[in-house]
Amino acid sequence: MTPKSVETSLEGAVRLSRRIGDGEIKRGDTILEVRDLGVKFWVNGDWFDAADHVDYDLKAGEVLAIVGESGSGKTQSSMSLIGLLPSNGRATGSAKLKGVELIGLSGSQLREVRGNEIAVIFQEPMTALNPVYTVGFQIVETLRTHFVMAPSQAKARALELMRLVEIPDPEGSFDKYPHQLSGGQRQRIMIAQSLACDPKLLIADEPTTALDVTVQAEILKLMRELRERVDAAIILITHDMGVVADMADRIVVMKDGRVVEHGTADQIFNSPQHPYTQSLLAAVPHLGSQTDESHITVRESLVSDGEHPLPMIAGNPDVTPALLMENVCIDYPKQGRRPVFRAAHNVNLRVDPGEVVGLVGESGSGKTTIGRAAVALLPVADGTLHIAGRDITHAKNADLYPFRRDVGIVFQDPGSSLNPRLPVGESIGEPLYLHEKLRGPDLSKRVEALLDSVELPRAMRNRYPHELSGGQRQRIGIARSLALEPKLLIADEPTSALDVSVQARVLKLFADLQERYGFACLFISHDLAVVEMLSSRIAVMKDGRLVEFGPTAEIVNSPQHAYTQRLLAAVPVPDPAEQKKRREVRDAILEAENIVS
Amino acid sequence: MSFDNNLRPGQGSSDSFDDLPVTSDPEVLPGAQSTIGGGGAQGRGEGVGELKEVEGLSQSQLVWRRFIRHKGAIFGIVMLALIAALSLSAMGVFGMPGWWKYQNYASSHDIVNGAAPTMTLPKWLGGPGFAIGDHPFGQDNIGRDNFALVMKGAQTSLLVMVVLGLITLILGTTVGAFAGYYRGKVDTVLMRTTDLVITLPVLVLGAVLGKLLATLPVKLDASQEVKEAIVANTPLLLAVVLGFILWPGLARLVRSEFLTLREREFVDSARVAGATDWRIITKHVLPNAVGVIIVNTTLVMSQAVVLEAALSFLGFGVVDPNVSLGKLISDYQGAFATRPWLFWWPGLFIILIALSVNFIGDGLRDAFDPRTKRIPSKREMDKALARITATPATESEGAR
Repeated sequence: MTPKSVETSLEGAVRLSRRIGDGEIKRGDTILEVRDLGVKFWVNGDWFDAADHVDYDLKAGEVLAIVGESGSGKTQSSMSLIGLLPSNGRATGSAKLKGVELIGLSGSQLREVRGNEIAVIFQEPMTALNPVYTVGFQIVETLRTHFVMAPSQAKARALELMRLVEIPDPEGSFDKYPHQLSGGQRQRIMIAQSLACDPKLLIADEPTTALDVTVQAEILKLMRELRERVDAAIILITHDMGVVADMADRIVVMKDGRVVEHGTADQIFNSPQHPYTQSLLAAVPHLGSQTDESHITVRESLVSDGEHPLPMIAGNPDVTPALLMENVCIDYPKQGRRPVFRAAHNVNLRVDPGEVVGLVGESGSGKTTIGRAAVALLPVADGTLHIAGRDITHAKNADLYPFRRDVGIVFQDPGSSLNPRLPVGESIGEPLYLHEKLRGPDLSKRVEALLDSVELPRAMRNRYPHELSGGQRQRIGIARSLALEPKLLIADEPTSALDVSVQARVLKLFADLQERYGFACLFISHDLAVVEMLSSRIAVMKDGRLVEFGPTAEIVNSPQHAYTQRLLAAVPVPDPAEQKKRREVRDAILEAENIVS
Repeated sequence: MSFDNNLRPGQGSSDSFDDLPVTSDPEVLPGAQSTIGGGGAQGRGEGVGELKEVEGLSQSQLVWRRFIRHKGAIFGIVMLALIAALSLSAMGVFGMPGWWKYQNYASSHDIVNGAAPTMTLPKWLGGPGFAIGDHPFGQDNIGRDNFALVMKGAQTSLLVMVVLGLITLILGTTVGAFAGYYRGKVDTVLMRTTDLVITLPVLVLGAVLGKLLATLPVKLDASQEVKEAIVANTPLLLAVVLGFILWPGLARLVRSEFLTLREREFVDSARVAGATDWRIITKHVLPNAVGVIIVNTTLVMSQAVVLEAALSFLGFGVVDPNVSLGKLISDYQGAFATRPWLFWWPGLFIILIALSVNFIGDGLRDAFDPRTKRIPSKREMDKALARITATPATESEGAR
């Protein structure tokens, strides 16, 4: 498909909305000039700067990545271009699209720009698409807002766009509702919708953050191909340096609302100047950086043959494993018309005391299910489950009380795992209060010791969760799970909701604590690089089955199972040169399997 | 490492992270902008408003702050307090006499001023000067003092409102909490019972039970004291009966709130910590549902005032010798053309009480909903913006 073929079906249509600037744009033309752009928010009776003095230029066909942590103003400064600030926000300064000032446009002028000249790809396709309309209708709607078009003509154009973004069976998918498509397909629809009016500028706001790593790889591949085909400039907003390395031509690094560094991808990655950029790059976990292949002598990994479940890994018979799962199956019970769903099939897993085992897989692979079953939040349907020598397979709630001492769990979202109505000190102290019957000053002392151990000031015990940052909340979550010095800790994606630099510190803290307390840990994550840093062995899970289980060095450097290989190839690495090589491998795998998520 | 309890929070952890430069750390950024927890809530962009707004405040402080911002709710609270104070002090309460000269509201007096209200408007409103007079709200055809009647009626209405609110609160919360938390069979049994109660027409049942209160003691041949006690306490009994009909609405809301809250991870983490069901319900889930409970109870209470008035107007609610605002209106409906004040005053008090409670409920709902944000007027924002740009030197940190 050539760029021309994208345009064809738009030729006969009359554009309702005016185009900005004169005539066609060519690659290399400067489209967007942003000068001294600022975003302010009205908070408690005063203005507060969310972004300040942002300057950049953007050429057609170029990808500009805006990188920064949450709250750095990267999203708000981009959304101010199309007037999508909340009602207490204000944009100042200047942003010119082909010479036309965008800041301060009125409602009707803005509507002509939105979708027509500047389109947005949002982070979460499930919430950005309207669930009560078919995806085809939503693309057609965008088209017919800006063009005088017959419905049939709009449909033809929509199908063409869906083909462009490689939706399987576009005619069939046209009448589907968003919930009937997979996450990757929904994101493709979002992209098709954003390309509908052939915009000059595309703002992609964390377009792959909500997706699994293999789906992310496919969307990145698609976006790379699209940037060759369409002449639009792309602003890519992300915090993932791997994605940046994969896509960006130029990079703007933002911190606390200011641009701290601006340069080509090569400059930023290879010779970052600003200390913040350097620390940001240093904080990104780098797949393959912890281990290498050289000292693998004997292969120990177990690989699934696709038919039989993975057998139990051999272990020292003298040691009582902290977690022992034998042929465990876990069901989600029947709900209404939805039949029983088996989320884990014949899982054999062994975690020895003091050992960290990583469990990786995509969303829906059943890894969280395993974690929750291990702390008896979910019943085991079949097989046996031993925790620290105690059989809890069919234990009743009352029998579980002593068992609760031996396990702890750190949840993924530190925001929702702390009771918003309790001061965090009380949350940390709850296990002590319940099991050791500690009260008053004794309890305070222990809570303070726990806060010390997770490196938080003691005064913080009287705070409420909403007053803390994500990293601080996760520290509180870790402190609580360690309150009773458990033998087994389940860490369910403890860092996936955190910014990279915060993640780096939480991981370091976690590793230190593990060394100090010596608990066994099942570390669940979708991020192979994180798992590699912490664990001695890795189990790979797919569709409720373990497919590969072995020492970290082997899994990361020479994966045997095809799925593991695909998973590893899909992880973007924060290094443009290396990522280029990896991309070729990845695209080859994707081509070979011809998978469209 | 050791931390001093008096340590300023902002400095807490900067020495513990050696692997990254301090400047990159939003958690330990030296407290230039942050006044709490190592700058935990320090961020920009999306949600920054909320974070800055909640700095250093507990949940209840936040709710209170949002509540007092609601002008209607403040009006409601002041108005309700005034009405309660006036009616209780004027006619006395718990056997204590009030300050009003006609404590016996049923007795007749000489007609003054042709039975019209003797209260006069102050000079600045065009009247002859403010004075209460002998019968400020006027008198009825046999010379009873309308002020005494209305004050006593307001007392009754308030009593019905409070008792009914309490019963609804206790029943609705208990049923809703157990149904929502345990689900399954418990839920089915409790909610089908609730459905059954919902099908009962409130007006008809209130009327039937009101009549039963009058006839049952006679049928059962109760002693004179019992009969008198029942008659004297009809408003209270009416409130109890209505409370037993009106709880399902709250129960359903509490149940749905519990259904969502029990899936939250903090409930799981409490369970992993070994908390019993009772502890989870009372300590973890209920405090988080308190917004829904308070808000809906106040709304039921305002509904109760109107319902009591309606029932009494129909002649089923409060019976002689008790008075209530609704009963006053019912008694004097024939006097509308000749002595309209007998009609207006109780009506005015019904409206004021119901409206005040409704406003309070509205304010509470906004206060407990973290999503409500006050967006200032455009003019206010423009003015502040002009102030900042006028002093560019302080612009960057001018926000504080």
